[in-house]
Amino acid sequence: MNNYTIERDIEIEAPMEVVWRTITEPELIRTWFSDVADVDARPGAAGSLTFRADTDDPYIVGITVVAADRPHRFSYRWVYPPGERATETNSTLVTFTLVADGDERTRLRVVETGLDQMDMADDEKEKFLEQHRHGWHVQGDRLRDLFASGHSSSP
Amino acid sequence: MNHSSDDDDLWEAVADPTRRKLLDLLVAQGHATATTLTAEMPVSRQAISKHLSLLQRVGLIDRHREGREVRYEVREQRLAEATGALSEVANRWDRRLRAIKQLAEQAHAADRSTNVDSGGGHSPQTT
Repeated sequence: MNNYTIERDIEIEAPMEVVWRTITEPELIRTWFSDVADVDARPGAAGSLTFRADTDDPYIVGITVVAADRPHRFSYRWVYPPGERATETNSTLVTFTLVADGDERTRLRVVETGLDQMDMADDEKEKFLEQHRHGWHVQGDRLRDLFASGHSSSP
Repeated sequence: MNHSSDDDDLWEAVADPTRRKLLDLLVAQGHATATTLTAEMPVSRQAISKHLSLLQRVGLIDRHREGREVRYEVREQRLAEATGALSEVANRWDRRLRAIKQLAEQAHAADRSTNVDSGGGHSPQTT
């Protein structure tokens, strides 16, 4: 079966070390990602991310670090039920790759794989997507971006 | 409301790069035949036909016969269903990356002014 992959990148005007800290240190993760981050950037370390921490319906997911090759690569499995072990069928794999572009600039790439492999009941999958949506403004049709690999002919 | 296997088929249909390219071409051109699609793809006509029939089976494209030609076109609504969830995930990462960029650039600007004060280099270390 094919593994659906989402791939995104961005150019950042900061050295790799600064970007590395931003994506791996819990107090910084809290400013761009979850409300609470129990994350230890060492391979095998298991923790959790809490979204909507201030509401009656907090959402907590497990996160397990797969690779932490400072300051080049950071990857983890997540969105599995906290307390369980991360596997290929209960989680997706996120990999951040940092590449220096001179001393003061870093290209940060993120790849998320396994969205189509998650072995979930229908309502769970819906909930998963629903929770993932939380807090993010939905933009217009991104079909072209998704299908943009090597071909773009419409404006 | 349970359409799990239906969803799985959709995901699998759009998970394949060749099929995504075919859908992309069909979206761009409005409609096409297997022959015109084959001309634009680096795979055999036989492979194209196989992919087209799978896409048709999951309802992502329609097939119309016109004279001796068979034309294919995308069912926009169905395609939007198939890609909606994936767009969501991609959008979220765009958001997060922009937030990371902003934070890192602010931190770097702060580091740099501190380093200038202390006469240090431009490679901040906090650990």
